[in-house]
Formats: sequence, structure tokens, C-alpha cells
Amino acid sequence: MTTENMENPLELARETILTPSGLDETNLTQAFSILMDSSADAGDIYFQLRKQEVWSLEDSIVKDASYNLSQGVGIRAIKGEKSGFAYSDEIVLPALLESCKAARAIARGGQGGSVQSWKYCTGNELYLPDNPLDSISETEKVDMLRLLDDLARKQDPRIKQVMVSLAGSHEMILVACSDGQIAADVRPLVRLNVSVIAEHAGRLEQGSAGGGGRVGYDYFAQQDRAHSYVSEAVRMALLNLEAVDAPAGSMNVVLGPGWPGVLLHEAVGHGLEGDFTYKGTSAFSGRVGDRVASKGITVVDDGTLVNRRGSLNIDDEGTATQCTVLIEDGTLKGFMQDRLNAKLSNTVSTGNGRRESYAHLPMPRMTNTYMLAGEYDPGEIISSVDSGFYAVNFGGGQVDITSGKFVFSASEAYLIEKGKVTRPVKGATLIGDGPDVLTRVSMVGNDLQLDTGVGTCGKEGQSVPVGVGQPTLRIDGLTVGGTAN
Amino acid sequence: MELQKSPYTVDKLRGLIQFCLDEAKKQGSTGVEASIDVEHGLSVTARLGDVETLENHNDRRLGVTVYANTKKGSSSTTDFELPAVREAVTAACNIAKFTEADECAGLADPDRMATSVMDLGLDCPWGLAPDEAVEIAVECEDRAREFSEISNSEGASISTNRGTHVYGNTHGFVGSYVSTRHSLSCAVIAEQNGAMQRDYWYTTSRNPKDLQSAQDVGAQAAQRTIRRLGAKKITTQTTPVIFEASMARSLLSHFVSAVSGGALYRQASFLLDQLNKKVFSDLVTITEDPHMQGGLGSSAFDMEGVATQPRTLVADGILQGYVLSSYSARKLGMKTTGNAGGIHNLVLHPGQQTLEELISGMQRGLLVTELIGLGVNNVTGDYSRGAVGYWVENGTIQYPVEEITVAGNLKSMFQKIIAIGCDVDRRGSIITPSVLVDDMMVAGS
Repeated sequence: MTTENMENPLELARETILTPSGLDETNLTQAFSILMDSSADAGDIYFQLRKQEVWSLEDSIVKDASYNLSQGVGIRAIKGEKSGFAYSDEIVLPALLESCKAARAIARGGQGGSVQSWKYCTGNELYLPDNPLDSISETEKVDMLRLLDDLARKQDPRIKQVMVSLAGSHEMILVACSDGQIAADVRPLVRLNVSVIAEHAGRLEQGSAGGGGRVGYDYFAQQDRAHSYVSEAVRMALLNLEAVDAPAGSMNVVLGPGWPGVLLHEAVGHGLEGDFTYKGTSAFSGRVGDRVASKGITVVDDGTLVNRRGSLNIDDEGTATQCTVLIEDGTLKGFMQDRLNAKLSNTVSTGNGRRESYAHLPMPRMTNTYMLAGEYDPGEIISSVDSGFYAVNFGGGQVDITSGKFVFSASEAYLIEKGKVTRPVKGATLIGDGPDVLTRVSMVGNDLQLDTGVGTCGKEGQSVPVGVGQPTLRIDGLTVGGTAN
Repeated sequence: MELQKSPYTVDKLRGLIQFCLDEAKKQGSTGVEASIDVEHGLSVTARLGDVETLENHNDRRLGVTVYANTKKGSSSTTDFELPAVREAVTAACNIAKFTEADECAGLADPDRMATSVMDLGLDCPWGLAPDEAVEIAVECEDRAREFSEISNSEGASISTNRGTHVYGNTHGFVGSYVSTRHSLSCAVIAEQNGAMQRDYWYTTSRNPKDLQSAQDVGAQAAQRTIRRLGAKKITTQTTPVIFEASMARSLLSHFVSAVSGGALYRQASFLLDQLNKKVFSDLVTITEDPHMQGGLGSSAFDMEGVATQPRTLVADGILQGYVLSSYSARKLGMKTTGNAGGIHNLVLHPGQQTLEELISGMQRGLLVTELIGLGVNNVTGDYSRGAVGYWVENGTIQYPVEEITVAGNLKSMFQKIIAIGCDVDRRGSIITPSVLVDDMMVAGS
């Protein structure tokens, strides 16, 4: 990727956020001298400017679009396990200094310290800083939505409603830390979603598909991606028209590749986040070195995949993202850390310190979490199951990190009978135990896939974009929450 | 340190709304609406007896929607300087050049605007200093940790917020109200034989005087956590299920989604064409009470300035009305119900029985106290969620259960509500007691 001066994220962020407000490093030094005039161990100042838009179509017309601008600065002071936090959506010196005073209240008294010199840190170069909102014209955005609507309706007369949304955001962040580090990132993100409703013989069913990444809107025209989302949404709705009630009870389950990796995100991912493990509230706390998965299973969290939705050049604390091995050949290797929890746990940040915005405190979060490929052909995995449940697409999931119990809800699933995929069944929630479920994986496919770029993870009220992936998996004995006996 | 005061007076915000309306008209819009939300507050978490986080909140957002005849555009900004606001208006006007004509688009009808904004008792500031907040949170968590079975804690959190909402449109309507919300919550962990369980309790209200005490919240969090120890799976079977009041709230929220105009006109609802038909069992009467004093969902006007009014939504199981904005109403050939932005205090009328009486009346079945996952299909009504709760036999709780799912179809679940408790949970804009639903499929071992 290019390294031209104006494409340097730090230069861009400084020019766009600080300069118009008349701020520079001198002011940051001044702010830190206030923030650290306390017994605080550390602190950071996080500037953010985000432009977002959403265009939406339904009833075959592009009805609405909205454009949103949000900007602000969040200030954190840390003392031991304590964090003081304040923010302002005015990026001006008086508000900045006022917020520093509010944030430092957590660490009263103590000596004044300040930043002596600034060091500029660079991160990965995983995506271009271009603004996706400007990557195609408004007319082209409208035309794209109309074309996809037309395409969906032409695919089958049973399609009664088509909803398409195109969303893009361009975010600049600049984070300065009390150790003198300054880093910045310019993050594009786009997403296209197609959702259809099919009707037949009085029965209504829905199907949806989509994708995106840290790219421009032209991504959707490439490799027929937008068209493939339409076909996929239509296929799923029509398939669901045929679906019978899902079974209920414990059975052998085969999960398809890609987005079903939401299993990993819920079953093990959250429980390996450094805040929970430090506090001892996770079912995985203190279990590094233990066998938590079948032999041959390796799970990583990788924030460095080019152009992917869950990737970041630097995390929201200025740490370069990395590929962190969570589980290696079945053994628990490590956790995902932000700076605060890494320090408390006597380790270093893994570049997983993320926040929804300047108005939220950072915490350890996943990026792209996936399982590496195994040796089995997917067809061989299915034919190994005499009677079971084959789930290839999912809605979302949730986990109780303390008890370890997690759920994820299938939106496209089939019965497996005598080693063959037979009837489609209605969606159902699957429930299992996080520390146990990967020990029940008896076969891992050779078909690793990452999801198409649709994931959003919520934790303590904060949403961040993430990715997941996995190969086809066979899990022995998972509870399927259908309605049929 | 003082809680930061909002620098915005209501008059100043009304002036900003007027600026948006004027600016958009100047740029050629035929109809304009704008809203502002400014909120400030404090939240504190204490863990293991000491403060963990102290957060000062200070949020503001201005949103504007413009109509060029029947073409619509929207934008929002957190920057309240006039050039930035003008830019937001321009962005919305620019979008409306590209969106397509939609005959149902536009402001709500002028004769539906609220004419008076009554005092609903929504503004009850606490004036809580950070030190006092820390003290209360510590007291709450300490109480929970006094129980010997409690081995760890996620902490206790207290928050207090005060916000101003202003809405105006080019019909000449401008309305505003100031409201407060205060909450205290506690989540703790108990351990037995190497297995951990976590549960929580919370209290929330407009008026700090209506909050449960820190001692009560802490004790209830601990007791709820401890009683989950030793949870096990049960076998797969069909059984009656009691949804504890806080979980019954989610069932009613699925009902609201299904009778909301957006789902209806898109044909994305399992309750299409059900007006004046029986959608619940005879026991169910549901009203909407937007003018409830101090209600968490109370409001004199909706997000379009339309006057809200009390009404019956379900009478003895029969659906009396939908939940509509002016747009979805036009799409359906109906009139708005004043629900742009959602429902304003939905009340499921309570029965006579306490939760204990519901349990003893059920004799054998499941009491659900927590639901996880998103396994609800609003188009078909198919329902399948992870659950935590208690197994009931001979009318009494036998043991805690976990790692199970409860499944059914909402259409039939609503018809199979065979008992409603009197244990009303008021901690939200849906106000409901516990309900007993017959014949659900529970999947376990």
C-alpha cells in the first residue's frame, strides 16, 4: 500500500481532527499535565471523527437515506484497577481540559507528571484510508439498490417484499497515551444487506444475506458479490417455505463453514477476553495450559486480515493488532488483552483494546476469530452422521461467560438421516457449554471459510464490528432447541 | 467534583430547532422536522469494595429530516455549532434530491399535533455527587458479598442521568420535556464444586425515591445467584412454563414488534390481519398508558409531535389496535396511533395470583428466570431461546436448571397463557407480571 504523506493515517487524522480545532501536541502535553496531576498510573486521550450513511430500499423505491456525523474526545485516567472517564463532543481546548479534570477525579492527590516527548507509532496497513461514502456517486448508490430489488423479484414470483440497505462509514481516530505514544487510524467500513420475504400458500418466510468489509462500495460490484447476496437471500426464503419443525433434544450436529464460526465467538471467544479472565468471572479463568478442545483444534483471533470487517491497523489504545493464538492443538494458550487488563495480568496488550466510540471506555474485544482448517472432506463429515442436525447459517448468539453456557440460533438447517442431508428444518437455537463443546468436536473439515463481513458484537452495551470463521465441524451431542419430538 | 451541568437551556435548543426548520425551508424543503437530545449524567461501578470506574456522561445529538414533496432525507450531528448544523441540513436536503418519491412520506397530519404538554413527573434530579454514588455502589455490593456463598463479583453500578428532548416541525409544533432516569444494579458470582453461577438484580426509575434500597438490591442479587448453584439439564419434554415477570416483558415486546406498522406493511409479522381477532387467551388485557406519572415510557407526544393517548390494545384476548406511526399508518390506509418511536407504557393487566401461587398452581413444569439468544422469528412467530430457571414438581421448586431451550410458536404461546400473576415488574416501558404458558417444548438432555 502507498505511504504517501497525506495517506499516512496520523497526518490525515491530525489535519482533519486537531488542526481545525486549533489543537496540536502542545495542547496534548497541557492536557496530560492536568490529567496526570494526580496519582494516576496512566491515561489516554482519544479523538474520533465518524461519518456514516445508510441508504435503504423497500417497496421497490429508495425511500430514505441518512447521514450522520459524530465527533468527540474521550479521556481516561487509570489508577490500579480504577478508571476515571469523561468525554466531550466539542473538540476544543477548554472542553478537553475540563474533561481531563473530571477523569482524574478517580486518582485524587498525588504528584503531577507529564509527557516529556511524543513518539509516533505506526500500525498495520490493512486497508486504504479512502472515504467509502465518496467511492461512488449518490446516483450510483440509488441505482445499485434498485437493480438488486429488480433482480430479487425476477428470481421468483413468490418473492413479495425486498429490503436492501447500503451502509458506509469513514472513521478517523487519534489516540495519545501518557507514555508519550501517539497513533492514528483511518477506517473505512461498508456493508450491503439484502432481505426478502417469500409467500406461498398463505405461508410467509424470510431470507437475508449480505457482506462487506473495510473497502469502498465498488467492492460489491466486484466478483458479482451484490448479486450473490440477492441469490442467497432468495434461496434461503424459498427453502424456508419448505422447512418442517426442527427436532428437539441432544444430537450430533454438523456446522457448515464460515459464519457458523459464531460458535467460537460465543463458546470460547468472550470467555477468553482479558477483563473477565483477570477478574476470575470467566469459566476459562486460570485455565491456560488446560485441554479445552479436541486435539487438532487451533483457534486464533486475528486483527490483521486485509480489508476484513473485524480488522484494525491499530486498536483503540494505539496498539498494533496481531494474530493471537487462543487455542493450539486443543490446549488453551492465551487471552485477548487491552492495556489495562494486560498490566493487571502481568502481560502485554494483544491489540484487542476496542471501544464503540469516544463516549465509551475501551475493553478487551475480539477482532476476527476463527478456527484453522483440519483434514476431513466436508462430505465425509456429513456421511459420518447416522442421524443428526446440519446447520449452515445462523442469526446471532449469546453467552453467559461465568457458567459458560452459550446459545446460537440457526437460520438455515437440515436433518441428516443415514449420512445424507435430507429435509430443511425451521430455525432453532442450539445450546451448549463453552469449556466443554470444543472437546466434543470429533471431525474438523478442510474447508475453512471466513464470514462475508456481517458481524457486530455487543458487550456491556458497546457494539463493534467483528469477523468469524471456521471449517465444517462435527460436534457430538449438542442440544438442539426445536419443537418436534 | 460537581456533576457537569448542561450548558443548554430549553429555549436555546428550541432556537436551534427553529434554525434547522428555517434553513431547510430556505434550501427548498416542503416539510421539515428536527429533534435534539441532550443528556448528562454520572455512572459509577464499585467492585470488591472499591470504586472501579467513574464515568461522566455528556451526550448531545441533533437530527433533521426533510421532505422535498414526497422525497425524504435525514441527517444528524453531534456538533451544535451553527455551521455544522447548517451542514447537516444541507446533507439531508442533498439526500432528498436522490431518494425516490414515496406518496406516504411526510410529516404527521397537522391536526394530530399535541396541543399541550402535561407534566408527567419525569424530571426528578438526584443531585448525586460522585462520592455519594461510590458509597451507595459499595454498600450494595458489600451487602451481596456478605452472603458466604458469594465468591466473586462483577460489581455494583449506579447511574443517574438527566436529559432534554426537543422536537419541532414545520406545522409550527415545538414540544420539549426534561426527564431523569436513575438505576442501581448488582451482579455477583457464587461457586460450588468448581462450577460458577452469576445472576443480578437492578432497580430503575425516574424518581430516586422510587429506587429499591442498595441493601435490597445487593441481597436480591446474591440470593438469585446462590439459588442457581447446582443447576442441571432436564430431559427433553413438553411442559408448562412460567415466564418470571422480567422475562414476560420480552414476550410482550415480541407482541409489540408483530403489531407494529413497519412489520405489518412489510408483511413481516406473524400477526398480519389480526385486528379484532383473538390473538391472546381470554385472560389477557393490555393497555397503553402514555400519561402515567413517572412512567419510564411516558410522553405527551411521540417522535412526530403527535399527541399520545391512553388506549386498550388487547381486550380479553382480542386485538383492538396496531402500533403505528403516521408513515406506517398511511401505508396501511389507517391513522397514526401516536407510536412513532415505539410504545409508551404497555401494561399487561395483572391477575390475582402471586408468583408462589402460580408455581403451586402449575404443579409440574419450568419457571424461567433468564433467557438468552435471539431465536425469535418475527415473520413466522417461531420461538426458540436458551433458558435458565427452576424445575417445579408438586407445586414447589425442586432444583435449578440450565443449558436448555424453550421453544414454540408465539401465535400459539399467546393463546396458551393460562395464568397471569400479580407480581408486576415496573422496570421498563413494558409493565408486566409473570405469565404461565402451557405446552412448550423444552429441549435438554
